Amino acid sequence: MPVTEIKKDIYWVGIVDWNIHDFHGYSKSPQGTTYNAYLVIDDKITLFDSVPAKFQMDLYHQVRSIIPLEKIDYIVCNHIEPDHAGAMPFLMEKIRPEKVFCSKMGHRMLLDHFHQPDWPYHPVQTGDSISLGKRTVQFLETRMLHWPDSMFSYIPEDRLLISNDAFGQNIASSERFDDEIDLAMLMAASSHYYHNIVLPYSQRVTAVLDEVEKLGLQIDMIAPDHGIIWRSNVPLILQAYRDYATQKPNAKAVIVYDTMWHSTEKMAKAIAEGLMEEGVAVKIMHLKQYHHSDVMGELADATGIICGSPTHNNGILPLVADFLTYMKGLRPVGRVGAAFASFGWSGESLNILNDWLKSAKIEVIEPGVKSKNVPDHAKLAECKDLGRQVAMAIKAKVAADA
Amino acid sequence: MDKYVCTLCGYVYDPAVGDPDGGIAPGTKFEDIPDDWSCPVCGAGKADFAKEN
Repeated sequence: MPVTEIKKDIYWVGIVDWNIHDFHGYSKSPQGTTYNAYLVIDDKITLFDSVPAKFQMDLYHQVRSIIPLEKIDYIVCNHIEPDHAGAMPFLMEKIRPEKVFCSKMGHRMLLDHFHQPDWPYHPVQTGDSISLGKRTVQFLETRMLHWPDSMFSYIPEDRLLISNDAFGQNIASSERFDDEIDLAMLMAASSHYYHNIVLPYSQRVTAVLDEVEKLGLQIDMIAPDHGIIWRSNVPLILQAYRDYATQKPNAKAVIVYDTMWHSTEKMAKAIAEGLMEEGVAVKIMHLKQYHHSDVMGELADATGIICGSPTHNNGILPLVADFLTYMKGLRPVGRVGAAFASFGWSGESLNILNDWLKSAKIEVIEPGVKSKNVPDHAKLAECKDLGRQVAMAIKAKVAADA
Repeated sequence: MDKYVCTLCGYVYDPAVGDPDGGIAPGTKFEDIPDDWSCPVCGAGKADFAKEN
């Protein structure tokens, strides 16, 4: 992918990873991704972030198409995760830069990852700035957005915010900018990314957005470290992050389940009917067909989460446990939920599901519905009624928020 | 003395250890930490901590 001049003398020198569908081992990235690095040509030539180690030669050729690599004076590591700092040992060896800038937490993490105490570290904190010649770089620590070391680099002369993982999306494309691709697809990818990576730290997102406003940063371009660069929709993505972080109630529910002989599945469909009768949108997701990260993508704008599993060997099915573990870690707030379960003899799964949902701080409408083997008409009516009850609770939340 | 957990990142404040980098001496009770102190890992405020069970 050719380098792209995003501002005068500022280049995207990143890598497009077209075929990676497994993002960091926990989320799917069905559209691939990019690892964005940025090169600023000034009196002090500066590289912002890098790429995974396996792409280090690709980065070399990208930079080499502009300047010899060893001309770089400074490296800024906004985030130490290996997809953005994995090429550091290679770069340090090739470039021997004068200075490496990172946050205080980033300094510790660079040591923990690469074990090189002699690199020329210059830890910075919020409020610190450096001069590159014609330009200044101001640093803003953004701890837990989404690691303790994360920070933003802002170049006021160019009104450019290099935002690391924040505002990123997993999209591999030949286009670099938000006005070159379909906006609805871009926003959907942003939401999917946020709700699988940033969601647990939503309160920090709000705090950082407030800080950006307080500092009066004038931003006309946001250059994240994954995916598309924002230049025509900056206010839109900033507002979207505020909205994601707020987790406003919305009249939608997601029903997730796994099933053996389709009894639990029949229950899922009946519950959905109850929700739909009450005018609440529903998405039914069988966990054998949908990855847990895709369920989180749907849960992004859904206030209801209804979870079903048959009893299997006195427990729940493994894919349901997988989803519940994953969702609990992402700490969604303001959700209501319920459980449903079929069973053959012992029937423990309903209670297990209720306990899981409660431990994830979901407001659970108990006890839910339990069907011995195949649900009959009366049992399906009970399921439908559960759907209605959840719908009422969702609508009450929406009304209270209005 | 009770330990307190940061509800944002999971860091545990142990009064026996304190937070010397943040100016909190070992032996300082969580209740006695100044209100403007923040989590040494993630920057969350004192109000974001909960007593460890």
